[in-house]
Amino acid sequence: MLVFLIKRVGNAVLVMLAVAFLAFMVFRFLGDPVEMMMNESATQLERDELRERLGLNASFAEQYALFVTRAVQGDFGISWRNQQEVIGLIGERFPATFELVLIATIISLVVGIPLGVLTAIGRGRWWAESLQTVSIVGVSLPSFIVGILLILVFSVSLGWLPGYGRGETVALGWWTTGFLTPSGRAALVLPAVSLSLFQITLVMRLVRAEMLEILRADFIRFARARGVPARALHFRHALKNCLMPVITMTAMQVGNLIAFALVTETVFQWPGMGMLFMQAITFVDIPVMAAYLCIVSFIFVALNTVVDLAYALIDPRLRAA
Amino acid sequence: MTTRNLLLATALVAAGAGAAQAETLRWGASRDIGSLDPYSYGDSFTLGVLNHAYEGLVRYSGALKIEPALATSWEIVSPTTWRFHLREGVTFHDGAAFTAEDVQASLLRATNEKSPLKGNIPSYKGSRVIDDHTIEIDVAENYPLLLNDLTTIYVFDAGWLKANNAEAPTDVGSGVEGYATYHENGTGPFRVESRTPEASTVFTRFDGWWDTPQHNIDRIEFTPIASPATRVAALLAGDIDFTDAAPVQDIPRLEAAPNVKLLEGTDLRTVMIGFSQRDALIDGSPNLMQDVRVRRAMQMAIDLDLIRDRVMRGKSRPAGTLVAPQIPGYDAALDEPMKADPEGAKALLKEAGAEDFAFDFNCADSLVNEEQICQGLASMWSRIGLKPRLDQGPRAVQTPKRSGGKVDVYTLGWATLPMLDAYSLTSQVLHTKGGTYGIFNWGGWSDAEFDRVTEASATELDNDKRLALSAEALKIAKEHVLMIPLHQQPLTWATTAEVEAMPLFADNLPRLWLAVK
Amino acid sequence: MTLADTRPAAAPQTRRSRLARMRDSDLWYSFRRAPVAILAALLLAALVLTAFLAPWITPQNPYDLAALDLWNAELPPIWEQGGQWPFLLGTDLQGRDMLSAILYGSRASIIIGVASVAVSLAVGATLGLIAGYHGGWADSLLMRAGDILLSMPTMLIAILVSAIARNALPADWREAGASAVIVLAISLSAWVQYARTVRAQAMVERKKEYVQAARLIRVSSAKIMLRHILPNCTTPLLVAATLNFGLGILIEATLSFLGVGMPPEQPSLGTLIRIGNQYLFSGSWWIVLFPAAQLCLLVVAINLLGDWLRDALNPKLR
Repeated sequence: MLVFLIKRVGNAVLVMLAVAFLAFMVFRFLGDPVEMMMNESATQLERDELRERLGLNASFAEQYALFVTRAVQGDFGISWRNQQEVIGLIGERFPATFELVLIATIISLVVGIPLGVLTAIGRGRWWAESLQTVSIVGVSLPSFIVGILLILVFSVSLGWLPGYGRGETVALGWWTTGFLTPSGRAALVLPAVSLSLFQITLVMRLVRAEMLEILRADFIRFARARGVPARALHFRHALKNCLMPVITMTAMQVGNLIAFALVTETVFQWPGMGMLFMQAITFVDIPVMAAYLCIVSFIFVALNTVVDLAYALIDPRLRAA
Repeated sequence: MTTRNLLLATALVAAGAGAAQAETLRWGASRDIGSLDPYSYGDSFTLGVLNHAYEGLVRYSGALKIEPALATSWEIVSPTTWRFHLREGVTFHDGAAFTAEDVQASLLRATNEKSPLKGNIPSYKGSRVIDDHTIEIDVAENYPLLLNDLTTIYVFDAGWLKANNAEAPTDVGSGVEGYATYHENGTGPFRVESRTPEASTVFTRFDGWWDTPQHNIDRIEFTPIASPATRVAALLAGDIDFTDAAPVQDIPRLEAAPNVKLLEGTDLRTVMIGFSQRDALIDGSPNLMQDVRVRRAMQMAIDLDLIRDRVMRGKSRPAGTLVAPQIPGYDAALDEPMKADPEGAKALLKEAGAEDFAFDFNCADSLVNEEQICQGLASMWSRIGLKPRLDQGPRAVQTPKRSGGKVDVYTLGWATLPMLDAYSLTSQVLHTKGGTYGIFNWGGWSDAEFDRVTEASATELDNDKRLALSAEALKIAKEHVLMIPLHQQPLTWATTAEVEAMPLFADNLPRLWLAVK
Repeated sequence: MTLADTRPAAAPQTRRSRLARMRDSDLWYSFRRAPVAILAALLLAALVLTAFLAPWITPQNPYDLAALDLWNAELPPIWEQGGQWPFLLGTDLQGRDMLSAILYGSRASIIIGVASVAVSLAVGATLGLIAGYHGGWADSLLMRAGDILLSMPTMLIAILVSAIARNALPADWREAGASAVIVLAISLSAWVQYARTVRAQAMVERKKEYVQAARLIRVSSAKIMLRHILPNCTTPLLVAATLNFGLGILIEATLSFLGVGMPPEQPSLGTLIRIGNQYLFSGSWWIVLFPAAQLCLLVVAINLLGDWLRDALNPKLR
């Protein structure tokens, strides 16, 4: 087990080093920081001095090593636009994105799992098949169009729900939450629904496939033969057995959701990490871009590694892999 | 959640609700300020917002005239020296008293090598503290515009700067956050309570302000909302009370809404087109725009009325000269907009041998409907046979290209801020590049006669003579088609009906210490 | 070495092609009994056909700046008050005919979708074959590269690549290069999936007798890979390609919506929606809603087909 653990974690570290390398390349080649920071009347001497201070005259390997050492300590430098520590900027935005992704994930599970079970039980019936077809539409609608339509209908025409921002938030230490105020909760609804749509379909299809597999299994047949009622059979016995893959996929999808959230955040002006990243692109704020890339990848890689390790813990056969 | 946290949360909600009872003005802007440090960005908008917390020796009044602020009076002691008498009894937000030391420290900071505001006070040579409330400032000989420059040189507390190691402006290169970036200590009518970049900056009323407040605002919540449609929706829903950037296309909708008041005017900002005057274009081909006939043909191809009617919804003011009528130095005789004449333009191009001339057209996103204007212009130029290649991008991406001379044709909006004088345009945009001159002369234009007239106006203390020289410079610019004036932008602010008074300013900078809710 | 030895190598090939034909007919049978699939196929055919016939059936070339006239800006669809012939679906803010812009935009979307699938499929299959067949360091290298790319969300990579490349391109390449950049941005992470599929299959096949035999008689590695191993992967590749086609179109639209995709002079559906979105609430709904509807129809049709294909080719579900 220990060997597996070391191997798996080592792999994750390698991947993160490579991601950091990519982020570092963005840093080096997207723009010359000296040209961006200096005003145009700066002399060559001033430029050279700044270059020296920024460590741009060191060798490539040294600069990369320095970037990684600092990144590990959470030091991504200061934002060129906000002149503020990047890690603090991202930290301020993290709660907004986290809450959005959390609620979207909950919605996708709460809606997706029952739908998956229903379409599995009703396989071959017209309503189940139509649901299945409709779910394709769910993955095909671009999330920005869904967002625009939701705003148009619920925010502009009906005026029921706010279509931008996070509403009033409450600070709990460094964390800010929108869960505790009515306006914060209302503001969450439309973005979370729009973000979860894609995920609902994924969950629903996964549950359906797993259910179909399990309903064929012997223990279900025995149970059915013993006269266990259909409802208990489906929801207690069969569903329980397909929750593990659903949880796995949900965990692995969180990284993707965070990335997709940047589209939702742009549409709903949600003050999260994604909007920060899009603004950084607009302002060519490279430290922020590089840090966002590293942090999102880290979340992604960490979740994958944890899921793998958890599996290995449950099922020793996988440790060989 | 633990009970303690819950209690804390409830307390905070209660506090938030309590503050909302007082007069809160929620301001939805189109973009955020760069920093809380007024010396970190030279842009007018950031300076305008920070003017609520920081003040200069002088300020613009409701009628955009210069009036005393932290200085009560001044006199010119010699052609190179001005003496300022400072207001007594002024305190900073942290309680420290305001003295001449503070003015000197601020001038030093603003003119520091690394200060982006250096260009805002180009004539500064040095300063001397005479006593606690008198200071002398040395400038270049016979410089008439020092007061205009001083409107944006806000005063910091010297002791506060020293204590927080912020005597020099923040140097991004050092990789360390500047204290003033995130903290504020000015003398203005409001103090900064909190700031989350790109999300919200909250100002609260400063009770110790030296001036008698005309406003009744206790709290300003400044929120950038980048999407114009969202901004309008927020205003209609009552989520914000005020926006200084209502999109022109939404004016009919805002007019129809019962709970919204629309404030319209014409901005001081003149939108214009500039040309490269270098020998080669950025792709290396010969620059036919060195020929005045090509520049004139490009001007004749443009239908200003059409742009006004369609792109600007009838709200812009087509221009014939490069400054707005309110700007000193403006000459009404020059302000005759060019009539569109595509046929004449074609003939002129043929004469100059510039048919099928291809060039890069560099456009940003900071002017009103800039993206649409640029596409419209590209289409008009295509129709006379030119081949514009539109290069549209965010301002931060385009500006380095522009200042680096990597442009053929470009857009520019110039409001002459903070100087509010035609000299700002002639010296910074049109004068030959060099020293503090021609910083924004992106096309590399150089004309000895133009430079001579401009420099003469810089040392002319007789105001009438000075303005005549400015007008002469603008005339040269028009004859040579140095730039094509397009229009003055519309100014569209909107408030909810609850806001009783919101004075509109042609420099497009809200001054909420004059607002009443 | 006798002739008889070559038989095991040749035999699976003929058997497989017969099998393929049979499966094709199976596929056809299943297709005819799936009304949703038929409908989707018809819809897709209509969309593709109109998109590629656009230069001949539209009243205007929306990419030709000289053809646009601001006088015609923001006209509503023809059935609304103020609508004008020949602008059936109205015009955008530059006087661009919406119908023309939508058809040209669909063409751009389809080309980008197809090209990104083609590029990632070609790259992925080639690398996957090499890695799976040869193993060793090539294999580890490929798998690591794949891990790295998959550890960054596809959308994030696409946005970064697109934003960086757009700044880096020289002026005269910008117009021509815009779609190439997007194809690259999408393919950069899409190839991994194909590579993994092919690699897994290649690892299984290379141990089989017919491959060993073919090696013995010195059939070249390239030939073995292309003629014998690759055809075994067609089914999963086909399904993945169809779904990625739809995904590619979605990513392109999203990039353009975020402002890092197709430029405004060559508007794609996403660009039209981005620009129109600013004017949606001021009444010009047609600039957003028509391109949005077209985009949804296109992707829904492709995904319905892909979904059906996956089920039809999955022996477990039959």
